[in-house]
Amino acid sequence: MSADLFLTVFVAGVAAGTVFLFAAVGEIITERAGVLNLGLEGMMLVGAVTGFLVNHQFRQLWLGVLAAVVAGGALGLLHALLVVSFRTNQVVTGLTLVIFAGGLSGYAGESVVGVAPPATFEPVAIPLLSAIPVLGRVFFRQNPLVYLSYGLVVATWFWLFKTRPGLNLRSVGESPETADAVGISVTRTRYAAVVAGGGFAGLAGAYLSLAQSPSWVPNMTAGRGWIAIALVIFATWSPVRAVFGAYVFGCVEALGFRLQAVGVDIPSFFVSMLPYLFTIVVLVVISRDTARRRLAAPASLGNAYVREER
Amino acid sequence: MSTHDPGPAEGAVELRGIVKRFPGIVANDNVDFSVARGEVHALLGENGAGKTTLMSILSGAYRPDAGTVSVGGRTMSFRSPKQAIEAGIGMVHQHFRLVQPLSVAENVLLGAPSTFRLAGNATEDRVAELAEAYGIRVNPSAKIWQLSVGEQQRVEILKALFREASVLILDEPTAVLTPQEATHLFSIMRRIASEDRAVIFISHKLDEVMAVADRVTVLRAGRGVATLTIGESDKANLARLMVGREVMFRVARSDHDAGAPRLTVKGLIATGDLGLPALRDVTLEVRAGEILGVAGVAGNGQRELTEVIAGLRPAISGTVAIGGRDLSASTPAERISAGLGYVPEDRLGTGLIPSLGCIDNVMLKRTDEFARGFFINKQAAEAATSELVDRFDVKTSSLHSPVSLMSGGNIQKLLLARELSAGPGALVVAQPTAGLDVGATEAIRRLLLEQRDAGVAVLLVSEDLDELLSLCDRIAVMYEGKVMGVVGAAGADREQIGLMMAGTASDPA
Ligand SMILES: Nc1ncnc2c1ncn2[C@@H]1O[C@H](COP(=O)(O)OP(=O)(O)O)[C@@H](O)[C@H]1O
Ligand SMILES: [Mg+2]
Repeated sequence: MSADLFLTVFVAGVAAGTVFLFAAVGEIITERAGVLNLGLEGMMLVGAVTGFLVNHQFRQLWLGVLAAVVAGGALGLLHALLVVSFRTNQVVTGLTLVIFAGGLSGYAGESVVGVAPPATFEPVAIPLLSAIPVLGRVFFRQNPLVYLSYGLVVATWFWLFKTRPGLNLRSVGESPETADAVGISVTRTRYAAVVAGGGFAGLAGAYLSLAQSPSWVPNMTAGRGWIAIALVIFATWSPVRAVFGAYVFGCVEALGFRLQAVGVDIPSFFVSMLPYLFTIVVLVVISRDTARRRLAAPASLGNAYVREER
Repeated sequence: MSTHDPGPAEGAVELRGIVKRFPGIVANDNVDFSVARGEVHALLGENGAGKTTLMSILSGAYRPDAGTVSVGGRTMSFRSPKQAIEAGIGMVHQHFRLVQPLSVAENVLLGAPSTFRLAGNATEDRVAELAEAYGIRVNPSAKIWQLSVGEQQRVEILKALFREASVLILDEPTAVLTPQEATHLFSIMRRIASEDRAVIFISHKLDEVMAVADRVTVLRAGRGVATLTIGESDKANLARLMVGREVMFRVARSDHDAGAPRLTVKGLIATGDLGLPALRDVTLEVRAGEILGVAGVAGNGQRELTEVIAGLRPAISGTVAIGGRDLSASTPAERISAGLGYVPEDRLGTGLIPSLGCIDNVMLKRTDEFARGFFINKQAAEAATSELVDRFDVKTSSLHSPVSLMSGGNIQKLLLARELSAGPGALVVAQPTAGLDVGATEAIRRLLLEQRDAGVAVLLVSEDLDELLSLCDRIAVMYEGKVMGVVGAAGADREQIGLMMAGTASDPA
């Protein structure tokens, strides 16, 4: 294989990895507050269809993105309402949400299946930076949403680890009774985190339908939301490590297609299977290191908090 | 001890007619409680008396069903812990409210008003300064999970001091400390009280109350039974007020010689839940007919030791043997049939299945006995269970209702009954009386002594040094996964054991 093949795989890997990155960073925020959101896949679908429809209607790409974020956030609000206020089981609620949102997105997007979008996000070279050998091509000749993801990762990291609200959020995920006892509102913090995570998932969906493969096809996320959830564990709940993980997954996805493109004879179904196979392998590998995972995982992840209960 | 007069008008806290109900129980039944500034006020009562509930109402965690709370003369109606903090109430909970992966300084600062951006070093300096002012030793940049329990407690106290609490509540603070650490804590408490603040000291230990408090309020079964100055009380009358009847302080223990070594562990090395070393070369020998106590501050390898013996945690190296038979590679089931009984610290979880009834729980360990081919012989199981329940005086409304509905004492009796019914040669018991009331505690201790007298080798892990001193023949002290030494319990020196609990090896005199 030539060096050029590798380069194109990396370029395509970053582009394909960004959807994982958005979704995983959002999930990290949510889980850091102690709430599990398994509805990611569904929220992404709703984000994708909303972004596509708004763009289709108004010919406004960024308006589409904004609408997708709002739609994802709204589903996040629903999830928060159910699991934080009504204390429903987080796993079951998340799974239900996937099915609900899958149906909802299919219904909403019925009229635009296969329709070509009026505008799409195209790669833009960043002056100077894009001239750096190799790295310039891989990271700085991407579409604007990829650049947005760089900014959001840094902002999320800063927010989580360097600010007071971030400290509060992490405390709520580790020990809600402690946070409550010092006057931090567990409910408010969790709502905010789940809504933010939903917004990120919506953004991931819009990335898919407006940039990565500009179109709307029902269930077009094809399991990427689930991969993002695995990615959160892989990244041990760190947005910075999620970058690495997202691009690895992106490259695995890209590699299969490139190999096919250069004429290597592998069945296309096998190619589309690759990222999921890789996910399973990664999960097995990281699950061996239970001690590290136990330290990294937010201690109250998945548990509802009730003040007078013990 | 000091019995300075707090003066009548200097009310720091005034609780009137507090009622708090939980499903099926009245935890506080019309309780009055008042504390003056400048005093250490003990809240005495046995487990389940309602002490924590009462203080959780004062600290805003629970809302009372009736009654009024006033602080500094003003009537309050706290809707959250935050409002109580703002009114100057600080509470150190029995189960610490600390965020494990965060640093000491971050924990102290958590929730306190300050800047948007976290200022790392500056906050650590502030925390260090405060700690120094009170003679509290703790490293502000250490992560909580790296600290010993005693250190974690100091962080909790710092948290309250940092918020300038004028009333500091300590919920059973000495339960997790060595005797020396407890003495140090008492001096910090007196120091805080001398600054015209109030300290509320929750305890069920009479000696400690006598040693540090100015006044004491006794709770019994949810009711306030008396408030006395320490000058007008003594241990015997406090005990009577607390329990409602005469109590024996020492269980009778017969003298007899122990037999041959029954349960032996040699060179055990194992890791804890986080993969860090928990047992570093532990060697112990329990003889038939003796109780060997394991003393130590929580988290020094005691739990891991019992789990390794029971076969629930793999050892990296070392051997476990019962009656000379090496069981190091055996499954838990094989150890049971070799005569091992196990009463884990985690009664509802590892010990019993909370949602199952008495019969199912008893049957769990004796399925072979109650099998009829592939099926269960329910009648036999029920008969055997009701016999056990009678013999061990387990009080339950029904043999079928979930054991989680029973009181702590009855749960423990049932668990012990099941383990003893198998006629074990060796018994490993962890924290058997933690959280139990005086009556249940006495019953459990008597059962353990009966086993000893019947020739069973008993390994008793407890954080209650007094319990070990009154029950054991010998006491091994653990610190950071090592046995610091084994001392004879008769005439043992509390201070010396305390030093060993803090890591000083006993001199091999
Ligand atoms: N959150 C709760 N839910 C239900 N019952 C409780 C709760 N807290 C305490 N209780 C019950 O109230 C009684 C008093 O408990 P507690 O105040 O913890 O006693 P103490 O601190 O004196 O040991 C006990 O019977 C206990 O089981
Ligand atoms: Mg209590």
